[in-house]
Amino acid sequence: MARWHSETRAVLRGLAFLSPWLVGFFAFTLVPIALSLYYSFCDYSLLQPPLYKGLTNYHLLVHDNVFWKVLRNTAIYALMALPLGMLAALGVAMLLNVKIRGLAFYRTVIFLPSLVPTAASAMLWLWLFNAKLGLINVGLRAIGVTNPPGWLTDVRWSMPALVLMSFWGIGNTVIIYLAGLQDVPRELYEAASIDGASTVRKIWHVTLPSISPVIFFNLIMGIIGTLQVFATPYIMTGGGPARSTYFYTMYLYDNAFSYLKMGYASAMAWVQLLIVLVLTALAAWSSKKWVHYSGN
Amino acid sequence: MSSNTPNHASTLQAASGAVRRGNRKGRGGRLFAHTMLVAIGIAALLPFVWMLSTSLKTLQATTAYPPTFWPSPIQWHNYADVFRQEKANFLLWTRNTLVIEVLGVTGTTLSSAIVAYGFARLRFRGRNALFVLMLSTMMLPFPVTMVSLFSLFRWLGDHTGIAWLGTFKPLWVPAWFGSAFNIFLLRQFFMTIPTELSESARIDGCSEFGIFWRIILPLARPALAVVALFAFLAIWNDFLGPLVYLQRPEQFTLVLGLQNFQSKAGGTSWHLLMAASVLVILPAIMLFFVAQKTFIEGIATTGIKQ
Repeated sequence: MARWHSETRAVLRGLAFLSPWLVGFFAFTLVPIALSLYYSFCDYSLLQPPLYKGLTNYHLLVHDNVFWKVLRNTAIYALMALPLGMLAALGVAMLLNVKIRGLAFYRTVIFLPSLVPTAASAMLWLWLFNAKLGLINVGLRAIGVTNPPGWLTDVRWSMPALVLMSFWGIGNTVIIYLAGLQDVPRELYEAASIDGASTVRKIWHVTLPSISPVIFFNLIMGIIGTLQVFATPYIMTGGGPARSTYFYTMYLYDNAFSYLKMGYASAMAWVQLLIVLVLTALAAWSSKKWVHYSGN
Repeated sequence: MSSNTPNHASTLQAASGAVRRGNRKGRGGRLFAHTMLVAIGIAALLPFVWMLSTSLKTLQATTAYPPTFWPSPIQWHNYADVFRQEKANFLLWTRNTLVIEVLGVTGTTLSSAIVAYGFARLRFRGRNALFVLMLSTMMLPFPVTMVSLFSLFRWLGDHTGIAWLGTFKPLWVPAWFGSAFNIFLLRQFFMTIPTELSESARIDGCSEFGIFWRIILPLARPALAVVALFAFLAIWNDFLGPLVYLQRPEQFTLVLGLQNFQSKAGGTSWHLLMAASVLVILPAIMLFFVAQKTFIEGIATTGIKQ
């Protein structure tokens, strides 16, 4: 009896400390998720109470060309920006892992762009990509490109422009990789050297397997992050030209707050949630095959 | 309690440590690294330089072709002009942002610390299950709950008589209920503090909250700084939240105001737009230089280990 009592007290004390999160989780996560599931089965314009319509929204979604367009755009962006960005970040981190003078300075400089608020970097790159006066096209003309692309105003170049811009902000990832590289035991490199391994082979057989958990972490975060891309295209292109930079979250936002189709937007939110869940599970599953966890 | 969690402090040291370690490349390798890093560094800095340069030009100079690199004449009053716009009240927007910052950063740091204490230092049935649940919410994208949160706040306004939409409340009240990421970060730190400290305080008759408040919190100052710093930047950066919840320009935050200003004056007043952008970026950069070590270490810690 006394033991039961002390256990109850321990639980109550624990829950007391957890209570801010428990209340917040209920009010700002659980209820909204349940509510949006309900809305996704309804016609809901905010002005009138939700009207149950069954699977109508999901049915419309499957036949909505714009929905598929934004899904494709988001996937294309992820496929272009993520692998290249991760590769570039890893390369820069390896450069920063070489023992050279001025390292702290280089590290600071490379990290600086990732501090810039999204809205401000959108302004800056809007100016850099400016077809006539932008620094990029001025530079391209200076090296002999007579007819540089219009970037954000050109259907073919708007997406590559956003991908290019995303590389400016890889400093964050570089720092994470650098910390991962620094955790690779030196003995592994020394052993490889004794075996006569070249630098390339050391990178392939020692460095990459050692930091693959970090790479994996970044991959998941990157995919989930891409599904939320909003501010940059919203400010810079408004999704254009010809919806070439229209992303998932933008269309969700437009449905909810421009067209007041809250039910339809909620269906999109649930599809997004499912995609995130599937991708996370998939990445976790595949990680068992190639992520190398060292030691414990 | 066994502590197989990685030592936070050692990770912090590791972040700057490899600079000293790992001398495995020869002179050629070092030259290659220098050359590459200089090139990458220039690419990283050039946009900043161009922004600064444009922000000091006259309107005519911004449209001159080919553009000059060095502004001549240097028009310093662009920065003052930003605050004198008729339809863009940057001073008010700065004040709004700071109000949300103070309420939000205080709230998230304090509440996350309390919850993290429960996860890190108390043993009770169901704790681990709740911890996994909390971790899983970290993966939840804001757009997923955005629509129903909006209607929830609307409903609250209609039924309690206290307006939420069109006020700052949706942007800072949720911060007082802990955020999964910060709770996780602080829990990792709390677990590295020796349990003997709490035990002896407990014997001296200190309450659980007293132990948290008087012993753990003062020791956790570096971790709290990381959390506060990241929380500050997250609020400073947030665009979608203010866009959804704030309605009138008088309530805008700085980044929302910047976008508003751009949509009205953009395409023409590049010099003013760049000056305004510099002003939005500056606090983040300054904060970074003040707390550079905390920053780098915090990011290095958040990225790895579990």
